[in-house]
Amino acid sequence: MIYLEPRKSVPSWLRVATPFFAIGITIMMGGIIFAALGYDALKALSVFFLSPLSRADQIADLFVKATPLIIIGTGLVFCYRANIWNIGAEGQLILGALGAGWVALSYPDVTSYGLLIPMALAAMAAGALWAFIPAILRVRFSTNEILVSLMLTYVASLLIDYLVRGPWRNPMSFGFPLTPLYPDGGLIPPLLIPGIGRLGQLHWAVPAALVIAIIGGILLRRTLPGFQVRLFGEAPRAAKFGGFQPDRITIAVMLGSGALAGLAGAIEVSANIGQLQPNISFGYGFTAIIVAFLARLNPMAVIAAGLVVALAELGGDAAQISLGIPKVVTGLFKGLLLFMLLAGETWTNYHVKWRSLKA
Amino acid sequence: MKSIQFGKWLASSLIAAVAALGMTSQAQAEAMKVGFVYLTNPGDHGWTYAHEMGRQQVEAHFGDKVVTTYVENVPEGPDATRVIRELAKQGNQMIFTTSFGYMDPTLKVSKEFPEVKFDHITGYKRSPNMATGNIRFYEGRYVQGVVAGLMTKSNKIGYLGAFPIPEVIQGINAFAQGLRSVNQDAEISVVWVNSWYDPVKESDAAKVLIAEGADILAQHTDSPAMLQTAEKAGALGFGQSSDMHEFAPNAQLFASVNNWGPYYINQIEKAMDGSWSTGEGPDHWAGNTWKGIGEDYLVLTEFKNMPADVAAAAQAARDGIADGSLVIFKGPMKDNKGNVILKDGEALDDGGLWAMNYYVDGVQGQIPN
Repeated sequence: MIYLEPRKSVPSWLRVATPFFAIGITIMMGGIIFAALGYDALKALSVFFLSPLSRADQIADLFVKATPLIIIGTGLVFCYRANIWNIGAEGQLILGALGAGWVALSYPDVTSYGLLIPMALAAMAAGALWAFIPAILRVRFSTNEILVSLMLTYVASLLIDYLVRGPWRNPMSFGFPLTPLYPDGGLIPPLLIPGIGRLGQLHWAVPAALVIAIIGGILLRRTLPGFQVRLFGEAPRAAKFGGFQPDRITIAVMLGSGALAGLAGAIEVSANIGQLQPNISFGYGFTAIIVAFLARLNPMAVIAAGLVVALAELGGDAAQISLGIPKVVTGLFKGLLLFMLLAGETWTNYHVKWRSLKA
Repeated sequence: MKSIQFGKWLASSLIAAVAALGMTSQAQAEAMKVGFVYLTNPGDHGWTYAHEMGRQQVEAHFGDKVVTTYVENVPEGPDATRVIRELAKQGNQMIFTTSFGYMDPTLKVSKEFPEVKFDHITGYKRSPNMATGNIRFYEGRYVQGVVAGLMTKSNKIGYLGAFPIPEVIQGINAFAQGLRSVNQDAEISVVWVNSWYDPVKESDAAKVLIAEGADILAQHTDSPAMLQTAEKAGALGFGQSSDMHEFAPNAQLFASVNNWGPYYINQIEKAMDGSWSTGEGPDHWAGNTWKGIGEDYLVLTEFKNMPADVAAAAQAARDGIADGSLVIFKGPMKDNKGNVILKDGEALDDGGLWAMNYYVDGVQGQIPN
């Protein structure tokens, strides 16, 4: 039978190289799939991965698309490093959007961007609250945080559905499920490039996302709380002997990742949509899981990983427009990539060996 | 070494791709480029499928004078803005966005590309280069009501609604007007599915309605699940958006088919000869095209699984709507609480149709808030 034997030592270059191998193999497999579907594989791949980078405004849109992934991914890195499995970032994102929306819709006449500050705070509080539920249930009753956080996602999407169709619906929307538009002060302004002006949908939260990931990286590597999180994940017994409190770490990483997911939700609505509608996210909370793993649970690398995954999304649209390749290919690429990453992870840490079974 | 070769490969494939793109655009320089944005994929057998049929009619009608491109599965949000803008940047001269939620994204991009013609389906916002189009779906539902009123034995009609928005309320009320024109005892009970496309929920709702005694089902949702359930239970029903005869050969009485082809062809022809217009001024309905059975924007499939006299009554109602002799919402008309909506001799205009927030006589219950 096949069995896995842990490698005694893993060269550090291999750890760094694994995600690149995974991306490479995914692209090769993608080429084979394109060829099997009857497309010119090289042309399809270049349209998919290179054409979305051919103009400055497209590159700006790539960063816009990656922004929620980077923010959520940074929070998830802390959870996963501590061996806490928050799968419900999607729900926390929705709650964050609701928190910010509640503030924005409560002050329909504000034109000052100062409104964005209470909106961000409300979003982070709401997202953290949603993550607190699985955290406290795990700490108190040893429930499984994977299941609880995942299931709360569905509760969250029903909640926004109810609010947008019911109490928060715009009376002027002809019965359609939309809230009123946010006041001008509640909309994140576009980021104007000197000499060019608007570039794609580039807005001010994009640089903020990069700053968040960098701060996350410093926090995880250079501070005591970061050390506690890492030690708790890698050697929980040692962490206990060291006097760290596992419950506190569990709750802290859940609150932190929930708050960041909530912030991402507020940004997505405030910068790109301008009002609440039944669907605001399209799976960023789930896609960010792939981003966190692609970054090998390193917040700085989350920036690059977020861009790569966003590229797969934009490439899917480009491939449809230029070549008529169906959109499902995008999902296929994401699935392949996660699979290759996990396989690569296993390969990095284990030898695969064969042993005959003897009765 | 490796990396140099990889770089060469990358560069050569990039050049090849650019060259190939350049060639196609040169070869088709004469043709008008038209883009379509779809909410789901054409395999839904409902809403998007009907738009895809329309696009294919465009290709068949114009031949090599038009090149169409479509993008499927585009969520109603920032992705829509990006995709619509990308279609405009790729040189599409006319872009049809085929879902209500594309309204604001289309409006936003229309301002960035004043030379491109945008056509948004089912919305109400317009700009100097953004028109809107819709189909009078409710006309088909009046005919459904006539058939249901003549065919029902239990006098209970089940109706699946997606969301309580004006378009769906119009449909329920038109159905009730048809129903009550032939049968004063029949009643409609409405179940809200809260989704446009959810086969499991649609099927469950159909089962509940049948269990409560409904023998005829109508739907304002997109999947064939309701008809499949009716087929198994021996009930009857009507197909939506596309012909669902194959899913329920014994249960489908007829289907109201959204026929977007004539609209698309008409708008593209107008764009070619320069008469395309988005209306003028603040008038809410100028620049909007809203047509139905009379112009073949809504097509009824063959009347089946019903006696000849019922089919004849259905045909008469259809023809009456088509030639304008049959007015669906005219006085005297009351809501289902007894309040007078229209006095004798009055009729609803389009504004009144979109402001419907009541059920007419023949519908049970009240519209959820």
